Amino acid sequence: MTQVVKARRHPRDSLLRSERLPHIWCPGCGIGIIMAAYADAIEASGIPPEKHVCISGIGCTGRVSGYMHLDSFHTTHGRAIAFATGLSLVRPDLEVTVISGDGDICTIGGNHLIHAARRNVDINVIMVNNFNYGMTGGQHGGTTPLGAKTYTSPYGNFEAPFNIPYLVAAAGASFVARWTTLHVRQLINAMKRMMSVEGFSFIEVISPCPPTFGEFNNFPEALDMMEYFRKYSVIDHNADLSKIGIRLQGEPLVVGNFVDKRRPSYQELVQETIRKAAGRESV
Amino acid sequence: MSSGLPRPGVHFMMGNFACVEAAILAGCRFFAGYPITPSSEIFERACVRFPQVGGIAVEMEDEMASVAALIGASYAGAKAMTATSGPGFSLMMENIGLAFIMEAPIVIVNVQRAGPSTGIPTLIGQGDVMQARWGSHGDIETVVYSPSSVQEFFDLTIQAFNTAERLRTPVIVLTDQLVGLMWEKVVIPSPEEVKVVERKIMDARLLSTRLPFDYTVDVNPMPIVGTGCRVNIDSLTHDERGYPTTSQEISEKMLRYLLGKIRNHARELWLYKEFMIDDAEVVVVAYGSTARSALNAVKQARSRGIKAGLLQLITLWPFPSDVIEKVSQHVNALVVPEINFGQLVHPIREYAKCPILEVNWAPGSLIEPNVILDAVGVAAA
Repeated sequence: MTQVVKARRHPRDSLLRSERLPHIWCPGCGIGIIMAAYADAIEASGIPPEKHVCISGIGCTGRVSGYMHLDSFHTTHGRAIAFATGLSLVRPDLEVTVISGDGDICTIGGNHLIHAARRNVDINVIMVNNFNYGMTGGQHGGTTPLGAKTYTSPYGNFEAPFNIPYLVAAAGASFVARWTTLHVRQLINAMKRMMSVEGFSFIEVISPCPPTFGEFNNFPEALDMMEYFRKYSVIDHNADLSKIGIRLQGEPLVVGNFVDKRRPSYQELVQETIRKAAGRESV
Repeated sequence: MSSGLPRPGVHFMMGNFACVEAAILAGCRFFAGYPITPSSEIFERACVRFPQVGGIAVEMEDEMASVAALIGASYAGAKAMTATSGPGFSLMMENIGLAFIMEAPIVIVNVQRAGPSTGIPTLIGQGDVMQARWGSHGDIETVVYSPSSVQEFFDLTIQAFNTAERLRTPVIVLTDQLVGLMWEKVVIPSPEEVKVVERKIMDARLLSTRLPFDYTVDVNPMPIVGTGCRVNIDSLTHDERGYPTTSQEISEKMLRYLLGKIRNHARELWLYKEFMIDDAEVVVVAYGSTARSALNAVKQARSRGIKAGLLQLITLWPFPSDVIEKVSQHVNALVVPEINFGQLVHPIREYAKCPILEVNWAPGSLIEPNVILDAVGVAAA
């Protein structure tokens, strides 16, 4: 006799705008894994959902904010961190997370990224790195490995990419990590950690993009890049960050929680300035 | 202990300083800026004064970031502003469009200098009139006020916040180097005398009975972060739930609602002053610092027996079409002096019922009254 099992709601459904699903991402894309990890981290953070704010820029990953059932903002290309800075300065009690892609965060938004890290703005930034501009069909950007083929690097990319954790750590971030979509458990833990850190927290998540990046760079199928992660990832929390640039040529893909240190956050320093100024004479 | 609020009474003050005092009285407590001549005094004074009233004034890495931060601050519940000049204003266009589609009340002050490009940073210009209206891509509407004195700069800064809050939209105070840097008498009212408008707030309880973006209403209440609304606020064309859509039908509904907020209120937004208009045969239409030269020219013309008058436009956008239509009906000509090579004269020509004499003046100095006077003479002949 056939037993009919009624489908249950997913435990994270209340954190998603489930009426908007299915999402727009391609088969084999890693962003869904990362969004689910973010939902798990929110749940594990102990901070109620109404105190979480999700802010994105433009691009495939930029669509995450619109699927999260939170106070969410889908802003302009590259400006999510600046938007988050203003919001979080006024409401430092809220847990503000920026989720966006590599093109958005580190190429068009690169200036905002390094200045937010320098100021130690107490926000979380999750940068999904799939090595190309996926939404626009696959062009190279500031993270595309040397030699990679895209529609705008048809003969192989000749621009050296950023080594993002090295850059963000040098700029002064309080928490810097890198994981891949294969390291879901570690990723959730890193996200949970970043939500408790008071200061600029940054995670680079390496993610597959089979149809626009993988297709031309030997990762055409959904599992190809996951297999690469499994084969070449090396966990090293104490890695020399200057040596962890990504070439995708079979070199060790170094992942880990690299930086976790304290210094006063921007929000704390702004509040301190207000205390200093209070009661001073006006005009 | 001082409240930090501006001291009521008569002051002798720089325009850029008066703007900050007005912002404080209007309830603004967030400033994100980037230094640029000739607006930097606004930013500097905000850095001194805002913390004294419990407010925040911070320096961003560029003007795109400034406006992005304002919108974030606005959704966190603050009244937020920035100040800039031409080159910075160009960079702000991106997120002025964002504030428009996200319906974020923010105030942007542009102390115009001579352009184009880097131009002459220290000298006057009026070259951003069209950019203030049309600079951001797509169909947007902006509200733009143009003061011609320190007192007007003060009053219109308060007005700008009130309009922004009421219509949930970005408002621009388009002043110029002369008004910004001039020291002049300004009367600061006591806080009780200042009319301050606060935005209508969406709360979670209200949201259980309605959608966050009802495109049939006048202005939707604003969901503020951290209050349990959990609404998606999108830069993409969005439906009444706030979700992105490619529906042309919804695109039309959304845009008619957004544009309508300003177009339907245009008549209430029009501010202007008339001097010696009643029997005038020639009327000078001017705004900003140029209105000061124009008033002098009109007085001189009167002393020579020419029936001249001045229409000083304070609201430049939405364009006061009816005001121009009405004034131009019974005069021989309008004279339009601008410190640019023809900007506001275009919509004026669109609505005027009489010939127009354009006076163009290269950015870099105030138009001399005798130049306007000559044009009035030609128009009267």
